[in-house]
Amino acid sequence: MPGKVHVTTTINGESVEFLCEPRQTILEVLRDQLDLTGTKEGCSNGNCGACSILVNGEVIDSCLMMGVEAEGQEITTIEGVASADGLHPLQQKFLEHAALQCGICTPGFIVAAKALLDQESDPSEERIRLYLAGNLCRCTGYDKIVRAVQDAASEMAE
Amino acid sequence: MATKTEDYLGITDYKVIGTRPIRHDGVDKVVGRAKYGADIDMAGMLHGAVVRSPHAHARIESIDTSKAEALAGVKAVITVEDLPLQEDKIEDLGEGAANLRHLRANVLADGKVLYHGHAVAAVAATDIHTAQEAVDLIDVEYEVLQPVLTVQEAMEEDAPLLLEDQTTQSLGEDTGQKSNVCTHFRHELGDVEKGFAEAELVIEREFDTATVHQGYIEPQNATALWAADDQITVWCSTQGAFTVREQTAQILDVPVSQVKVVPMEIGGGFGGKIRIYLEPLAAILSRQTGRPVKMVMSRTEVLQATGPTAGSYIKCKMGIDKAGKIIAAYAYMAYESGGFPGSWAAPGAMCIFAPYNIPNVLIDGYEVLVNKPQTMAYRAPGATNAAFASETIIDEICEQLDVDPLEFRLNNSAREGTRRADGPVYPRIGNEECVKTALSSEHYATQLSGKNRGRGIASGFWFNVGLKSSAAASVNSDGTVSLVEGSTDIGGTRTSIAMQLAEVLGIRAEDVKPQVADTDSIGDTDVTGGSRTTFATGWAAYQCALDIKEQLIKRAAKLWEISADDVVFDDGTFSSSDSSKTISFKDLAGMLDEIGGPVMGRATVNPSGVGGAFAVMIVDIEVDTETGKVEILRVSMIQDAGKAVYPSYVEGQMQGGVAQGIGWALNEEYAYNGDGLLANASLLDYRMPTCLDLPMIETHIVEVPNPGHPYGVRGVGEVPIVPPAAAVANAIYDAVGVRMTNLPMSPAEVLKALWAKNGGTGTA
Repeated sequence: MPGKVHVTTTINGESVEFLCEPRQTILEVLRDQLDLTGTKEGCSNGNCGACSILVNGEVIDSCLMMGVEAEGQEITTIEGVASADGLHPLQQKFLEHAALQCGICTPGFIVAAKALLDQESDPSEERIRLYLAGNLCRCTGYDKIVRAVQDAASEMAE
Repeated sequence: MATKTEDYLGITDYKVIGTRPIRHDGVDKVVGRAKYGADIDMAGMLHGAVVRSPHAHARIESIDTSKAEALAGVKAVITVEDLPLQEDKIEDLGEGAANLRHLRANVLADGKVLYHGHAVAAVAATDIHTAQEAVDLIDVEYEVLQPVLTVQEAMEEDAPLLLEDQTTQSLGEDTGQKSNVCTHFRHELGDVEKGFAEAELVIEREFDTATVHQGYIEPQNATALWAADDQITVWCSTQGAFTVREQTAQILDVPVSQVKVVPMEIGGGFGGKIRIYLEPLAAILSRQTGRPVKMVMSRTEVLQATGPTAGSYIKCKMGIDKAGKIIAAYAYMAYESGGFPGSWAAPGAMCIFAPYNIPNVLIDGYEVLVNKPQTMAYRAPGATNAAFASETIIDEICEQLDVDPLEFRLNNSAREGTRRADGPVYPRIGNEECVKTALSSEHYATQLSGKNRGRGIASGFWFNVGLKSSAAASVNSDGTVSLVEGSTDIGGTRTSIAMQLAEVLGIRAEDVKPQVADTDSIGDTDVTGGSRTTFATGWAAYQCALDIKEQLIKRAAKLWEISADDVVFDDGTFSSSDSSKTISFKDLAGMLDEIGGPVMGRATVNPSGVGGAFAVMIVDIEVDTETGKVEILRVSMIQDAGKAVYPSYVEGQMQGGVAQGIGWALNEEYAYNGDGLLANASLLDYRMPTCLDLPMIETHIVEVPNPGHPYGVRGVGEVPIVPPAAAVANAIYDAVGVRMTNLPMSPAEVLKALWAKNGGTGTA
C-alpha cells in the first residue's frame, strides 16, 4: 500500500486534519478515525443513503467519496445539524411526528432533508419524495418522514 | 396459544396509555449519538472478515489458510475445526428454533456448503482492509454439486440431497425416509371432502412466491472480547440479547453465565436478527488473539448469507355453498427452509384461513431444504405467502358470486367462539370490527375511476405471541422511576413499555427513564418479535408498577402510622381511607430514605392471554399496460390493536408493514441463476420501495380489547404485512383483468399476464 495522505478539511464548521490511506472512503474516516459514528453504513455502494453527508451543501453518499477527496471541502455530518441552541427543526419534527423507528436511516434522512430545505423553502410532497428517494427506510413506510419534513419546512418559513 | 383469560381491567379513562409522548431514545437517534453495533470501538480492537462459498452446493475438499496467515497484520484464521462439536439438540430461539449441529454448520460450513455465501472460514486482522485481503488469500477447493432451488425440485424423489442424514418427520413421526422434506404436518377440521362435495362453487389455484429479505438497513454485526478469565462479552445488534447469549454459549460450549451480551441499538430486524452468525466467530477470534474482534457484514453478505424468509409453493382450494358461506377449504403449503431445517409453513398454516369461519378444513404443510440461506422469520413469517393464496381466491369467489368483497368477509367472518383449523377457539377478536371499519371508511366510499385503475381488498391475521419478559424499576427521590427491561427497542418500545408503568403510578411517561439492559443486568427476556414486546414486556412493567405501588402503600402507612389497609392510591396520590391525609407519589418518593429506604419493583411474566390481530387493507392502483409497472395510488390499513398504547408508533408499524408488503408484492425477490448463485445481492438490484414509490399510508386503528391483557393490548407489529400482496393482486385484477398468482408481481410478470390474456398484443 502507498503511504497515508494528509488531508485538511472542514467538518461541521471546524478545521480538521487527518491521515488516511488512499483506499479509505470518507465514511470510513468519519466513523473509524474521527469518531463521527452518527453517519451510518448500510450498503457501501450508494444505494441506501444511510451515510448521507453534505459536501459544500450538496448531499452525497459518503461511502462513494474517498477520504482524500475531502481536501479543502466543507463537510456537514449529522453531528453538525443541531446547535448549542438546540435541535434543528427537522430533528424536532422527526421526534414529534414519530418519523423514526429503529433510527438507523434517520441521520441520513435528516442530512438529506436539510440539504433540500436549505435550498427550497416550500417543497411539495412530490418534491420531497423525489429528493429523498436516495434514502431507504425499511421501518416507517416514509409517511411520517415526509410529514416531518413538510412540517419542518413550514416552521422554518415562519 | 390464545387461551382465553380475563385479565383485562376495562379502564376507560387512561391518563398515559393512548397518548403520544416523545420517545425516550428519540434525541439520541436524531442527533447521531445513539450507539448501534457497528459503532463500537475499543483499544486494540481487531477486525474480522469471513470467507464465503462461491457455490450454491458443494463439498469442501480442502481449505488452505497458509497464505492468509502469512500476510502482515493477520492475527488469526479459523475454520469449523475451531468450533466445538455439537450433538443434535433443538434450541428455541423465541421465534423459530435451531438444531445446534445445524446452527454450528451454518456459522461455519462443516464439510459441505449449502448456499452461495455460506461461511467457510474467518480471519482477524489489524484493519478491515487487511482482513479482506486475507479472505482473498484463503484457498478453498470444492467439489461442486447440483443445486436445488425450488421446493418442487427439492421434493422430487431423485433430487440431490442437501443434508445426507435428513429424514422426513411426518405427522410427528420420523419416517426414516431420506429426503429434502424435513417436516410434513397436517391440520384437519370437519370433513373437507364432504364439504367440497356440498359446495356450489369451488375455486382452486396454485401460487408461487419468491424468497425475500427483511431488508433492515443495518447489516449484522458483532464485537466480542474473550477475556483472560474466560469471561466473554458480546456487543451486537440483536432482537434478543438472551437468545444470542444462549446460542453463543451453546456453540462455544461454555455455560451461559460465561457470556454477557450487550444489546446495542438495532437498525431494524423484522425477524432477521435472532439467529447468530458472527458472534461465535468474533468470540473465537478474540480467544485466539487476546484482543476484542469486531465483525460487520457487508450488504452483499447480508443478502447472501443471513436469513431471508421462505419462498413457497401453495395450492389452495375453497368451496362455497348456496348461502354464500365458505363450506370447505384446502391448502397444500410447501415452504423453503433454505440450507437447514426450520421454516415458516407452520405459522402460515395457522393464518391461511384464520379470518373465516369454515367448518371443513384440511391443511398439509411441508418444510423443504433448498440451496438458499437458512430462512428466518420475517414479520408474520409465513402468513403473507399464505394470505396471498387464500385472499386471492376469496376475491375470485366474490367476483363470481358478484358480491362485495367486504360484505362477503363480514358474512363469513371468524368471531369469538370460532375454531381455527389448527385448533384454538377464538376469544374476543376484532375481525368483524376491522371489516366494518373498512366498509364505512371514506376510502371505500370514494369511487375509483380511470383507465387501468383498480381497487383491491384483503384480510390478514397474525396470532401474536407472549413469551418471557422481565423488568425492574427503582423509584427516584424526585418522583421519577428508572425502568430496566430486557427487550431490544426497535421502534419505540422503551416508551410503550414505560407508559404502562406510568399509567399505574399516575406519573407522566416522561417521568419514567427506560433502559434496555445487558444479559447480566435484567432477567431473561425473549426476543423483540412475534409482536410481543408492548404486550408482554409492557405487562412486566405494569406488574413492576403494581409491586412499587404495594410497597409505597406500606411506606405511606408507616409515615402516617396507620394500617396499610387504610391507605388508598388513586391517580398518583396516596390517601388515608378517611381522607384526612394525602401525599403525592412524588412527595412520598422524596421521603423514602426516612421511611425505610429505597423502593424497587420487579416482575417476570410469561403471559398466555395472547390476543390475535386482524387487519384489512384497501388499495387503489394503476397499471401501466406498456411497461407492466403497478403504481400505488391510495392505500388504507385497518387493524385491531386491542389497545393502542402508543398510537404514533402503532401507526408506524402499520405503515411500515404496508410498505414492506408492497415491496414484496411488486419488486422484491431473490434472483438466482441456474447455478444457484444470487444475482442481485445489492440494494440496487434487490429493489425495496423508496419514498417515491409510495403514497401516504392511511391508518385506521381498531380497538377491540384483548381479554388477556390488563390494558387489552394485542400485538401490532406483524399483521400489517399480511394483506398487502393479496390486496395488490386483487387490485391488479380489478384494473386490467389478470389474476396474478406469483410473487413478485413485477412489471415483467404483469406484462406476461397481460400478453397471455390479450393474445400477445401487449395492450389491455
